[in-house]
Amino acid sequence: MNNRTLIALQTLLIKECTRFLRIWIQTLVPPAITMSLYFVIFGNLIGSRIGKMGGFSYMEFIVPGLIMMAVITNSYSNVSSSFYSAKFQHNIEELLVAPIPNWVIIAGFVGGGVARAILIGIIVTCVSMLFVDITLHSIPIIIITLLLTSTLFATAGLINAIFAKSFDDISVVPTFVLTPLTYLGGVFYSLTLLPEFWQWVSKINPIVYMVNGFRYGFLGVSDVDYLYSLGLLVGFNVILLSFAYSLINRGVGIRS
Amino acid sequence: MNALNIKGLTKVYKGGTRALNGINLQVKQGDFFALLGPNGAGKSTTIGIISSLVNKTDGSADIFEYSLDTQPVEAKSCIGLVPQEFNFNQFETLMQIVVNQAGYYGVPRNVAKERAEKYLKQLDLWEKRNQPARNLSGGMKRRLMIARALMHEPRMLILDEPTAGVDIEIRRSMWTFLKEINEQGITIILTTHYLEEAEMLCRNIAIIDKGIIVQNTSMKSLLATLNIETFILDLAGEHQNITLTGFEHRLLDIHTLEVDVAKEESLNNVFEQLSNQQIQVLSMRNKSNRLEELFVRLVESGREVQRIKDESAKKEALANE
Repeated sequence: MNNRTLIALQTLLIKECTRFLRIWIQTLVPPAITMSLYFVIFGNLIGSRIGKMGGFSYMEFIVPGLIMMAVITNSYSNVSSSFYSAKFQHNIEELLVAPIPNWVIIAGFVGGGVARAILIGIIVTCVSMLFVDITLHSIPIIIITLLLTSTLFATAGLINAIFAKSFDDISVVPTFVLTPLTYLGGVFYSLTLLPEFWQWVSKINPIVYMVNGFRYGFLGVSDVDYLYSLGLLVGFNVILLSFAYSLINRGVGIRS
Repeated sequence: MNALNIKGLTKVYKGGTRALNGINLQVKQGDFFALLGPNGAGKSTTIGIISSLVNKTDGSADIFEYSLDTQPVEAKSCIGLVPQEFNFNQFETLMQIVVNQAGYYGVPRNVAKERAEKYLKQLDLWEKRNQPARNLSGGMKRRLMIARALMHEPRMLILDEPTAGVDIEIRRSMWTFLKEINEQGITIILTTHYLEEAEMLCRNIAIIDKGIIVQNTSMKSLLATLNIETFILDLAGEHQNITLTGFEHRLLDIHTLEVDVAKEESLNNVFEQLSNQQIQVLSMRNKSNRLEELFVRLVESGREVQRIKDESAKKEALANE
């Protein structure tokens, strides 16, 4: 990577991070409040009646899933709204006229989404520490799963924004696809509690692997093999990043 | 050396609209060049292709001999674009907008900040540097786009209607600024609907209509082709009939006379005849800008030629059937 490209990437990353930090009340505070409510209602009030799950208290069990849920939602929405706004206000043209390689445009926007996801992950982890003592089984697995998941959903958000023609189009996927898959992705329960058929159905849901990979990093327990989870994450990332690169290269949704 | 060399540039949009029909265009280094045409003529499409915002269907475009197809990084680095519509993030401050733009071209942040100060001061925006762009007036937003386009110090500046909606005072200060940077060696390509702007600033001109270049010449030689100029005379008193031998003329109302004066004829002759009829002239003005008249004529004659071509092509096709 030459110096010019490095400066361009650095500029785009700074711009993306400045954007979500400037509107911190909309971007950083809501996940902290939502997660606090989850901990109070599902962890303290209901969780105390549920008992142990996977050998841990219910509160401990749901912490990794809740962090992952916030990471997924925020990495996706950061890039979809930022890229679509840039299209809507035409300031994407600032990037298209400049001598920036297309991969830098992708890396800049996705990098912004990953940065927000990491920050949200840290905030939610801090909030959860107010309610429960967190155990860390494997920090490398936690970091790798966090990076791969946030990259994957940031890229998915980018693809959504590339095709979007209105602000409605960037809210359809989170509302009708992402949220149901996340809630059914084993955040609040272990798959072993489900009948065999529904366990099999759940394993079609990719978010199950992300939640469980992350949970393995924290607790050392998982409904699926964590290596299999990491492998799937790498595979999905390669597919989505290649697809996004091909779309930007062809100018889909951004060049007439 | 040519700053811009376009060959056979063609653009057909999805849906079949043919915006450009194989145009050829050369702009010399250091030129102040006007690209004029009515709405929908293909000006913005041409600029869009040159600045990589629009994918071309066919043809080629070289910027300072760098091919946009094979050397896009070098070619893009030479261009600064001031688009027709405001296309910056309205929530960012002026400093953020211009410094980020420089960064996209690989200008280090410390250098970008120095340049930001230079250009924002030159364009009278320095006081507003920490305000969000949405707080600026229309004229300030136009100047901000010029400052942004200059941040990487391009060799060629493309301005797509840069003074649209700007009051005359700011427009004139922008003209002065553009003249200055052109004198410093920056090639400028300008599209505008204010034809007096093109006449005042540009040395060479191309007129495009329906995706075809209908005229490409120097401003001087184009204006020299204008044989007749029309003047409006405001007269003292009321007049029903006026005789002017040797001049086409018409009374617009009882106080106003319109006279066509050929290039080789003297205006003194008009005044002499009016004076002989005891008619006093209070004031006089051009009916329209000279370039405007030529523009309308060229576009109309171009369309007439195209119409004749289309008709003969249709006849030929019918005869072949």
